[in-house]
Amino acid sequence: MSEETMGDMLEKYPDKVLKNRKKHITIVDTNQACQQIEANTRTIPGIITQRGCAYAGCKGVVVGPIKDMVHIVHGPIGCAFYAWGTRRNKARADDNTPPDKIYSSLCVSTDMQESDIVFGGEKKLAKMIDEVVETFHPRAISICATCPVGLIGDDLGAVAKAAQERHGIQILSFNCEGYKGVSQSAGHHIANNNIMEYVIGTGPDRDPDEKYLINILGEYNIGADGWEIERILGDIGYKVNCILTGDSSILNIRKLHQANLNLVQCHRSINYIAEMMETKYGIPWLKVNFIGIEAVRRSLRELAICFGDEDLIRRTEEVIAREEARVMPVIEQYRKICEGKTAFTFVGGSRSHHYMHLLRDLGMEVVVAGYEFAHRDDYEGRQVIPSIKVDADSKNIPELHLTPDAEKFQEAHVHLNMSKEKYEDINKKVQLGYYEGMIPDMKDGEVMIDDCNHHELEKMIKVLKPDLVFAGVRDKYYVQKLGVPAKQLHSYDYSGPYAGYDGAINFARDITNAMTTPVWKLVTAPWEKQIQ
Amino acid sequence: MLECMPEGRAEHTIGKINPVKTCQPIGAMYAALGIHGCLPHSHGSQGCCAYHRMHLTRHFRDPVLASTSSFTEGASVFGGAANLKTAIKNVFEIYNPDIIAVHTTCLSETIGDDVPTIIKQSEVPDGKVVIHANTPSYQGSHITGFSNMVKAMVTYLAERDEEVIRKKRVNIIPGFVNPSDMREIKRITAGLGIDMIMFPDTTNVLDTPLTAKYDMYPAGGATVDQIRDSGNSRLTLALGAWSSNAAGAALQEKCGVPCIPLKVPIGLKATDDLIMTLIEKFDAVVSDDLNLERGQVVDTLIDTHFHYQGKMVAIFGDPDIVVPLTEFALTMGLVPKYVITGTPGKAFEEEIGAMLEAAGIQDYIVKAEGDLFELHQWIKESPVDLLIGTSYGKYIARAEDIPLVRVGFPIIDRAVHPLMPITGYRGCLRLIEMISNAFLDRRDRDCLDEDYELVL
Repeated sequence: MSEETMGDMLEKYPDKVLKNRKKHITIVDTNQACQQIEANTRTIPGIITQRGCAYAGCKGVVVGPIKDMVHIVHGPIGCAFYAWGTRRNKARADDNTPPDKIYSSLCVSTDMQESDIVFGGEKKLAKMIDEVVETFHPRAISICATCPVGLIGDDLGAVAKAAQERHGIQILSFNCEGYKGVSQSAGHHIANNNIMEYVIGTGPDRDPDEKYLINILGEYNIGADGWEIERILGDIGYKVNCILTGDSSILNIRKLHQANLNLVQCHRSINYIAEMMETKYGIPWLKVNFIGIEAVRRSLRELAICFGDEDLIRRTEEVIAREEARVMPVIEQYRKICEGKTAFTFVGGSRSHHYMHLLRDLGMEVVVAGYEFAHRDDYEGRQVIPSIKVDADSKNIPELHLTPDAEKFQEAHVHLNMSKEKYEDINKKVQLGYYEGMIPDMKDGEVMIDDCNHHELEKMIKVLKPDLVFAGVRDKYYVQKLGVPAKQLHSYDYSGPYAGYDGAINFARDITNAMTTPVWKLVTAPWEKQIQ
Repeated sequence: MLECMPEGRAEHTIGKINPVKTCQPIGAMYAALGIHGCLPHSHGSQGCCAYHRMHLTRHFRDPVLASTSSFTEGASVFGGAANLKTAIKNVFEIYNPDIIAVHTTCLSETIGDDVPTIIKQSEVPDGKVVIHANTPSYQGSHITGFSNMVKAMVTYLAERDEEVIRKKRVNIIPGFVNPSDMREIKRITAGLGIDMIMFPDTTNVLDTPLTAKYDMYPAGGATVDQIRDSGNSRLTLALGAWSSNAAGAALQEKCGVPCIPLKVPIGLKATDDLIMTLIEKFDAVVSDDLNLERGQVVDTLIDTHFHYQGKMVAIFGDPDIVVPLTEFALTMGLVPKYVITGTPGKAFEEEIGAMLEAAGIQDYIVKAEGDLFELHQWIKESPVDLLIGTSYGKYIARAEDIPLVRVGFPIIDRAVHPLMPITGYRGCLRLIEMISNAFLDRRDRDCLDEDYELVL
């Protein structure tokens, strides 16, 4: 896309809007050293945005998937209702958590009424907690705030603390009112803070014999992605300590600090915990991408290098070879149909980048990509973090300033059971604690759009005529009305997994079906054809 | 499935667990989409608009567009006037709707934004309209929000031109029903030769075709001019007390259009009532075709009664759907044992109670403001043979191995339903088919080989 075409697309905007949106759109030019894009700023009122709110980021994304906590939403009925079963973070019973301790299919709300708004809802909340404890005997409870809570001054922390004392179980409160920040991102941060402060590290410490314990941070087990990744890692010889927070139990989160290494899949939603665990415990983290065969290959190899263990490295190659032998012939078949086709990816804060790799496995190129709620580092790489100005909207999101734990902190190389020299050597081959962002994977002329809106998406589709658009449910249907297949990349159109090797096959099949379903050839009625 | 549920009765007196209602704004959004060329506007946090659009679009599998004031913390403290004014300006300049229908959220209500004043201070281009409704999410349910927005259409737009003789025309306020039901009600009315204005009307708005030509504002919806002219009609039929009475009463007060409240025409009796009212008030004649349709329902009920008569059912959903649905269940010979809605209103309990008593049923529980946690408790104590309600019933259906027939809003795990009516006589046939098939599928699934029959 050229600057001129871009100008035409934005022509309709009033001046103020134009000035703002221009900063959020970047045409990739690989000759420029450090291209920038504006991100994580407030949405323009009236614009049909893809974004949601802080409550969604907190309760919906991070806290909700914890399967053995009852999640109470303190607010009017809607917030809890819309977050009921609509995110496909799968959970199941296992050795640690029997079926009657799993609350994933519940929707629990204090259903605030006018009198609660006027006189306060703390008593009601406290009573509901009592009833929930009596009814379900959960291991722990979360309370998430919605917009009115902060305005009327209900003190969730105080209610949680008193209830915790009353009942002897952990009760976490999250001040994730929807108006905080500018998007779901504020909610992730708030969730990360509380989980770090009150949960991580309160469980037993690592058994010194464990050498290959890893956490997968920022994996929500959508469509069973987490289980597929676990399968592969288990085959190689790693032990997954905890997935945060897909199919997670509070018991596992308490012992998150046992891991030798943290893997980060979704950088945006969980980078805070990864950083804080490194500060507090010294546990290093590695950015991975388990979406796409070539990406999985790279991540598995980097992971093995991190541990510097010859057996692990050899076993990694065996598993890679075995899995690729199994899936590549299938992928090749789909590649024949997908080769040369173009796509747009507009997802939340990570997938728009991750899926570029899986699509390239199928010979498809993402020509326009963007995030709803990412920050500049998700586009440009973590090296820009020091230069990011925190604006007024984000200043009120608390930053936890942790220090190394007196007892439990160890240097990274100690966690990885190696000498400091060996660790430094490894760090030259694999960049730990780093994420390069989306832009290095993009080509000249391709476009990044932050907080893309309906007008821009419609225009881009008409101008660039992609073969496939990946977005959310609110864009899917009008894209299809334009005659372009659209696939949901938040919910996978209720399919999945899409991660790992099994996932690559599922994805290839689903997107090929979307592009080739026979009725696309019958869209124009025969009598319309006659008129033409 | 639902192993976490307690054995025996648990005390649940506070809040909701597995609700049968949601909040006002989504109802207002749906109503607003029934105005042609309208962009609904959510005056609150981004999250509200996102969620409401998401949920409606999941049910209808069609685009749902709406704008938002995108409140941040600053606006929540200092007021959302600036956000709304900016939004209105941007919406008209970029999206150019004929009308913006603003609804509030708990956020804008709690901080007390004076929306009418803000609208007056906004830049509204000539010929364009901005209406609003107060729809706080901490009162009532999504049905209340729908009702408030439809009422706002009347208070803002409807006019009576005293110079003009009232037109031989009926206004129909259809209630919170699917486009297919609005379509069916229009078809029946047109079939009686009666002119009508239906508002809101989401036919050809949320059940639009795919032709590869996309219009941001679909062809359907009641136009602003039509809603204005509704004040000159002879009569209003308000279908569904909770959804439509308020607007019907407002139209009567403002423009002198008499209003007759009726049930949403689900089932034989309610459809009969609608048609009887129309033919009485407009001197219309029932066509042979309509007669045939009615007769087909009677015929089918007689032919299939043994598939389902005497079976016990639990019905849950929105009050305007559940009331006539329960009535039809009784017509079918089913035995409603538990009937709940999440929407508040003692009238619901009274009306259903009276229906059940009149049918000689004494062992029942009816509850307004109920939730599915309670329903599950009752079912565990004393089961039913069938569940009729929304997708959210599927957890109970699986846990207790009871078939679920999906009726109402929202249905987000099945498709095609918004395009197929449950109202009118054609709707009766569809309901009979779904219910009869549910029992027959169950029989086929559970019987021994020796009882597996070819003809049922």
